[in-house]
Amino acid sequence: MCLSIPSKIIKIDKEKNTAFVDTMGVTREVGLDLMEEGSLHVGDYVLIHIGFVMNKIDEEDALESLKVYREIIDKMDEEDRFAAVRESDNCPSGA
Amino acid sequence: MGLELKNLYDDFRDANTIKAYAKLIKEDAIKLSKTINIMEVCGGHTHTIMKYGILQLLPSNIKFVHGPGCPVCIMPKERIDHAYVLSGQENVILVTLGDMIKVPGSSGSLQDARSKGADVRFVYSPLDCLKIAKENPTKTVIFFAIGFETTTPMTAALLDTVVKQNIPNILLHVNHVTVPEPMRALISDEACIIDAFLGPSHVSVISGSKIYEEFPRERGKPVVVSGFEPVDVMQSISMIVKQFVENKCKLEVQYKRAVSYEGNMKAQVMIGKYFQKADFRWRGLGDIPMSGLRLKDEYDRYNAEKIYDAILPKQPIDDHKLCICGDILKGKATPPECSIFGTACKPTNPIGSCMVSSEGACAAYYKYGNLI
Ligand code: SF4
Repeated sequence: MCLSIPSKIIKIDKEKNTAFVDTMGVTREVGLDLMEEGSLHVGDYVLIHIGFVMNKIDEEDALESLKVYREIIDKMDEEDRFAAVRESDNCPSGA
Repeated sequence: MGLELKNLYDDFRDANTIKAYAKLIKEDAIKLSKTINIMEVCGGHTHTIMKYGILQLLPSNIKFVHGPGCPVCIMPKERIDHAYVLSGQENVILVTLGDMIKVPGSSGSLQDARSKGADVRFVYSPLDCLKIAKENPTKTVIFFAIGFETTTPMTAALLDTVVKQNIPNILLHVNHVTVPEPMRALISDEACIIDAFLGPSHVSVISGSKIYEEFPRERGKPVVVSGFEPVDVMQSISMIVKQFVENKCKLEVQYKRAVSYEGNMKAQVMIGKYFQKADFRWRGLGDIPMSGLRLKDEYDRYNAEKIYDAILPKQPIDDHKLCICGDILKGKATPPECSIFGTACKPTNPIGSCMVSSEGACAAYYKYGNLI
């Protein structure tokens, strides 16, 4: 099931066409193959689906969604957070 | 001990907002002269609706029909058999996503194949195939690709890398399907009771809301593209009910924070480069013309279905006689009406498609049935 947690871009690797994103404190490398070149910048919020950036989301909307997650993020330890993030975007259907 | 994901969902539900929407929907629904049957196309929505007990919050004249939007559930047995046969080939590593590994084919699931010694791997991203291929240069990695419009561009991106980097040992077995065709097929059935659609979230992120335009315009069925969270779903239901009250029939997007009219054009171009439309046989729904995607002929050398054609079974395999998944998808029946629901057919031993993945209607009813 997809919770669609917004992720924040923290670094872009132009050479590999990938980005490092922060999803609720978990850092991952994701592919940028589906995004127009130059359309993303450090600090942008994006949605991730099976290892790729799927789109950019409006910062205001992203922060609004993140606020809800923030309230609970502290209650989780590293491992749980990682599992939660993984599971939330590990929706193969993503329908 | 930290919180489980379960708790995360619970915390995520904003009870007051949901209640406010429930009240609004009720007030509007009183003005309706008939029952409205809404189909949520996507399995993610089915899950949200069942998990949060949204059905109980709705007035009796607002009903849901659970749609076919779960790529695992709609996979016909003969395609699973393809994966099973491929995984048994010498020097083959079969790679796939999600619950696919648990779905029974006619000779067993991929999990069974694995326990018999086949090299079957479940990955998080198609990109993981690149690493597996590199680490196993003497083996052929076959990616059993599944999913709707959401997931297709990621398969295309994998192939793009394979082609560009000339990687010799990755093949694809493509089982991608698209959303508008089954929606069209369902409402073309005279017995179909669907009045409106709750449009999928992430399919629409890729394809844009434009793919649903024909439904309000030509078929008289309103569509509201909805986000996944319970509040999103409640708001979308409210938007649909409003349309009926005001005698309107249009396409609306509730999930504006992620969905545009055009969608992700780069992803669409990527899909168009490698795939073309093809017929697909849906488990529970049967043959639907042009509802799937296949690799274009010029990429035959990456197409496991063509390369292994001689050994892949072709015969369609029907569902179990007692399974009424097809009727459930058309809104003619609900899961508990199936004679083997929860007895012979359970998530641990799924007989039909809707019990397989947690996004299937029967599985969702089984898991959250106490809420009904
Ligand atoms: S309970 Fe099982 S057999 Fe019955 S309709 Fe659902 S999936 Fe089919």
